[in-house]
Amino acid sequence: MKKQQKIITYDKRRIVLLLLFVAIVALLVWRVVYLQVFNKDFLQNQGAARHLRTVDTAANRGVIMDRHGEALAISTPVESVWVNPSLLVNQRQLLPKLARMLGLDLEQVERTLAARMDREFVYLKRHVNPDTARQVLDLQAEGVFTQREYRRYYPTGEVASHVIGFTNIDDLGQEGVELAYEDWLKGTPGKKRVIKDRLGRVIEDLENIHTAAPGKDLHLSLDRRIQYLAYRELKAAIKLNKARSGSAVMLDVKTGEVLAAVNQPSFNPNNRKKMRSSQYRNRAVTDVFEPGSTIKPFTIAMALESRKYRPATIINTAPGSLKVGRNTIRDLNNYGSINLTNVITKSSNVGASKIALSLTPEQMWVMYNRLGFGSVTGSGFPGESAGLLSHFSRWHKIEQATLSFGYGLSVTPLQLAHAYSILAADGRSRPVSFLRQDEPVLAEQVLPVKVAQQVREMMKTVVSSEGTGLQASVQGYQVAGKTGTIHKTAAGGYANDRYIAVFAGLAPASDPRLVLVVMINDPAGEQYYGGQVAAPVFSRVMSGALRLMDVAPDNLPVIQTSLPQDEGRS
Amino acid sequence: MKASNRSSFQSSQREMPLLQQWIQQLHLDFPLLVALFILALTGLIVLYSASGQDVIEVQKQSMRLGVGFVIMFFLAQLAPQTLQRWSLPLFILTIILLILVLIVGVQVKGAQRWLDLYLFRFQPSEIMKLIAPMALAWFLAETALPPRFFRLMASLVLLAIPVVLVAVEPDLGTSLLIASSGFFVLFLAGLRWRILAGASILLAIMAWPIWEYVLRDYQRTRVLTFLNPENDPLGAGYHIIQSKIAIGSGGLFGKGWLNGTQSQLDFLPERHTDFIFAVFSEEFGMLGGIMLLILYLFIILRGMFIAAEAKDTFSRLLAGSISLTFFVYIFVNIGMVSGLLPVVGVPLPLISYGGTSIVTLLAGFGILMSIHTHKKMLSP
Repeated sequence: MKKQQKIITYDKRRIVLLLLFVAIVALLVWRVVYLQVFNKDFLQNQGAARHLRTVDTAANRGVIMDRHGEALAISTPVESVWVNPSLLVNQRQLLPKLARMLGLDLEQVERTLAARMDREFVYLKRHVNPDTARQVLDLQAEGVFTQREYRRYYPTGEVASHVIGFTNIDDLGQEGVELAYEDWLKGTPGKKRVIKDRLGRVIEDLENIHTAAPGKDLHLSLDRRIQYLAYRELKAAIKLNKARSGSAVMLDVKTGEVLAAVNQPSFNPNNRKKMRSSQYRNRAVTDVFEPGSTIKPFTIAMALESRKYRPATIINTAPGSLKVGRNTIRDLNNYGSINLTNVITKSSNVGASKIALSLTPEQMWVMYNRLGFGSVTGSGFPGESAGLLSHFSRWHKIEQATLSFGYGLSVTPLQLAHAYSILAADGRSRPVSFLRQDEPVLAEQVLPVKVAQQVREMMKTVVSSEGTGLQASVQGYQVAGKTGTIHKTAAGGYANDRYIAVFAGLAPASDPRLVLVVMINDPAGEQYYGGQVAAPVFSRVMSGALRLMDVAPDNLPVIQTSLPQDEGRS
Repeated sequence: MKASNRSSFQSSQREMPLLQQWIQQLHLDFPLLVALFILALTGLIVLYSASGQDVIEVQKQSMRLGVGFVIMFFLAQLAPQTLQRWSLPLFILTIILLILVLIVGVQVKGAQRWLDLYLFRFQPSEIMKLIAPMALAWFLAETALPPRFFRLMASLVLLAIPVVLVAVEPDLGTSLLIASSGFFVLFLAGLRWRILAGASILLAIMAWPIWEYVLRDYQRTRVLTFLNPENDPLGAGYHIIQSKIAIGSGGLFGKGWLNGTQSQLDFLPERHTDFIFAVFSEEFGMLGGIMLLILYLFIILRGMFIAAEAKDTFSRLLAGSISLTFFVYIFVNIGMVSGLLPVVGVPLPLISYGGTSIVTLLAGFGILMSIHTHKKMLSP
């Protein structure tokens, strides 16, 4: 201890040294106290501001199902890789690896980063599978992050793509049901507080502020099996007849539900890289055509409702043509004097025109309105067309005549199917729905029951050896329907050699359950009549659907339906 | 023989514990040794946390500490007179090595500080931290103190050579430490106050040309950043801001070992090397920080005591310089980490991760122990 005193000798030098020493130590201690005692709260907040973060958690979008709960659109978790370019530039050597992992072009990546150097958030690649995302994170590259998202997957692919539509990369509905029921399907993102490290990776979840609420599921009215069947048959027919496009719609008579709605051309919603806009229109709902002869049953219905006609009323169609003003209306053959039923069976334009001209324009217009022509069906489908029907005050005589056989107004396949469902439902109109109806649907009587039944009886004759639609017949069931072969409009009038082939019908005719409209646009093969091109599709789809839905046959012992199935194809 | 006799005689007189007695026979200083062990152990514990619980890094650091302690042990066996005799040759050799570094050195992060000896890389500037004060102490001990003006000027030139050579590598931190270790030798040798004052004024006048022509861009940035870190919070100021947050958020008692958010979440840069004090403070708080300071102070005071006890000029000057340089390490490192000083690459002694500084520091303590344990044998 005696020696220790020696440090503190009277040497000025040592005193100065000691004072300096004490001063510096005091300075360090003061600094530590200053930071850790006086500035503690401020600095702790600053620290928290760096690692405590509130982040959104992605919410699962609701599942879209068919009427039996089969999935039509589901969401699967994926990761999206995004970067902060100004952080990533420090790690240029990792870029080639990163680009390779994500299957991106290195130069492209470099250009993207260079162009967006001032941004803090740039997507490098959206929707990569979770394994790849993990590999990317394992690179430990500064400024590279992933974000959980959901990607929509459509198990039915092109078969139901027009009805279901699709979502964009941000999981927002863009078309179809996905768009129409966006608010119902979309979830509410959650919020949670997390601890993040410097690279922005979540280290620990602290608490849920509120959990992500998944979107609600949606049951469509579609029956996946019928949808598949209808799609397959329509596609085959389009190919066989070298047609440009086509649609088929099946409705449930009792509820107004759409059981199937298919179109050609179609697209694969899971891979929309090469999709053109012509492919994703739901033509059954958005595209209109002149219904042609398929409207004649309603002309007959008007006649019966006016009480001027009865089914047995004779109409003289000779000589197979009718002059209305400067125009001439023609039949295919001279049918002579035929009754009302035969006007439908033979599809006589002259007969229909004569009936129309005996009624007032207003009577006709009111009927068309009640049938839903000229207004949207109320299905709520995005882009639905109302069709075209001008007001009767602007009709000339020739228009009144041509309307009776389906020229001068245009309808969508869905509208036509809806109108046929009114005949099928004994004159009761129900709104069309793409959603499954779990409650009984209120109906409005728009045609007398008797008239509907009488027209159905007449329509049965179409699907017979005397009618134009024999190939629409279904073994074991009575079918009522009407063919249509419509001249396509061309510049300044109608094209002579381009047609739309339609068959609209219902079954079983004794107690109708299903309505089906098949429309084939511009068949370029040898055949073009509705009874040749559209009727076979009707037959196969209707036949399959009746069996799938366990509808009781109403025509078992009848000989005429023993027609072999293959023959319908030729 | 003589030494052991004397030691056993002393021990019986003072009733030294057996361990302490044994340690003294090995030319080691018991208080210093215990303090250094505690420090090394603390360092490994903090390093485990600061390295993100990397056992490999802790093992590597343990190896370095082991090597350091072995070298300390051997240097303690060497009598100070031997070191004195070898001072000049060693100094010349190291100067040659420093020149070699500038010619054939390995470049790491823009600075050329390393010599590649195939088996290992080696940083001559680190050894210079010990050789420079040794050479100066030898030079000044040649004549009576205080030194004459000519000798003083000659010593300044002697010191300037390594300082400049290291500064151009560039390695400002090491250069600074070499300069201060030399300055301490001069100061302890009895530098006149007038000269000291004159030099200070000269330095103040020289400050502007140095700033303008000597300092490199990155060094200037560091100083500017230090003066106002918030100017560039994402760039150069980032280190200081993050480090201040780490220290401050530790509070009185700290967040606990492995629980520091700034350090564990990687916000703190260089956290296991130069900025390890921030990790320590965040996890152990003000209490831990002050205890660490006390441990350091104890080591420095012990060194100063050894210097005061030294019997010859060379030993006294060298011991004083080593102890005070150790103090500069601590002051500069903690000062920089806590935002008092600009960022210069000075590690926290025996705690920061990194090889060469640990070995040099422990070698210095070996010299201190040698000075303390050999004089007894020679003095009577």
